[in-house]
Amino acid sequence: MRSFDDTVREALGGPLTAADVAILQLNIGYVCNLRCKHCHLSAGPDRGERMSLEVMDEALRAVSRYGIRTVDITGGAPELNPYLRHLVAGARAAGSHVIVRTNLTVLLEPAMADLPEFYRDQGVEVVASLPHVVGASVDRVRGGGTFEKSLSVLRRLNSLGYGKEGTGLVLNLVYNPPGAILPGPQRELEDRYRRELAARGIVFDGLFAFANMALGRFREFLVRSRGLESYLAQVRRAFNAATLEGLMCRHLVSVRWDGTLFDCDFNQVPGLPVDEACPRHITAFDPGRLARRRIVTDEHCFVCTAGAGTS
Amino acid sequence: MADYYNSDDLERFGEVGKHKPELFRKFMDWYQASLEAGALTKREKALIGLGVAHAIQCPYCIDAFTRECIAEGMDMEHITEAVHTASAVRGGAALIHGLQAGNTAEKILL
Ligand code: SF4
Repeated sequence: MRSFDDTVREALGGPLTAADVAILQLNIGYVCNLRCKHCHLSAGPDRGERMSLEVMDEALRAVSRYGIRTVDITGGAPELNPYLRHLVAGARAAGSHVIVRTNLTVLLEPAMADLPEFYRDQGVEVVASLPHVVGASVDRVRGGGTFEKSLSVLRRLNSLGYGKEGTGLVLNLVYNPPGAILPGPQRELEDRYRRELAARGIVFDGLFAFANMALGRFREFLVRSRGLESYLAQVRRAFNAATLEGLMCRHLVSVRWDGTLFDCDFNQVPGLPVDEACPRHITAFDPGRLARRRIVTDEHCFVCTAGAGTS
Repeated sequence: MADYYNSDDLERFGEVGKHKPELFRKFMDWYQASLEAGALTKREKALIGLGVAHAIQCPYCIDAFTRECIAEGMDMEHITEAVHTASAVRGGAALIHGLQAGNTAEKILL
């Protein structure tokens, strides 16, 4: 079977390489209040990996030294890292646009009571995962009651101005298919989300439709259900060369909780750091070299290039 | 059965168009337009497709429309109800022909 690398070479006439380092993505820990069935990181309450203040400060130094335009903070549930506010404030002070990825429900925890106001005051862009607009579907993947909790947090964010025109407070949502199928057209999904959430008094800016990555807990499910092979065949068949240009790995560097550098968050799972020709730790961050690096790819990359693309 | 029904063939549907591409194109245009949301939502159409798939017992259509129903956020409860509806209509359709049997019998019995 043809490797991802060979498929890319055929389409581009060469290997996949980075275009720039516009975004520094920081995965600040694998701990999460939920244990979603599609999580590629197998995040959950039992995970202990968490970015230390030292690593975070190294990342902030790199951000301000090299004028990184966007800092994209993810997890796990990044809110469960006690230094999140320090990181957000530091990145904003360095002049970066800051994105925080959230599962929404974590914001209902008592310690997070004023976090939405903090996000608003810092002008943080919120990217919230809401895998479906059918409640039963969300609860099945993320746990009972999750959908209604998520909606209550979305209403709270709306009440602060998030997702509303003219406020500049951006609220984007993320859809994931409820199983071993690829997402339908993003446009249609977005229209449906807009219609059905509006009926429940919720507005948002845009929707991203992400395919489920065949790694971590979702991969375990595929193996258990004997669907791994057919899922991988499905994503291979859906290969679309037009997605190569915009792959996230071409525009970002992903920092693991311990400071190791990756081409993307997904590559953290099989433990594939950036090409060995580059420094591989945030303490030696070098955007000049990273912007020209070869991307380290594997079979799971086909998920990113399926259909309209995922990253 | 393996020789007649092969799940990989679902993805090879396009090959049916090899010898009459213009007819296949017409079918595909019509098929796709029929399944787009209109007065009925995509969800409603997915359920109709699933029901018909079971009534005609087409394994390819059952596979495709089950996926469609799941993408639309439905689960086995919805799917099973749709299958019962299709089966009930099918059962009723067989049953009402009992009247024909009755009519015939009436005609020929002494
Ligand atoms: S998995 Fe990572 S490296 Fe592979 S294509 Fe996707 S973003 Fe790029």
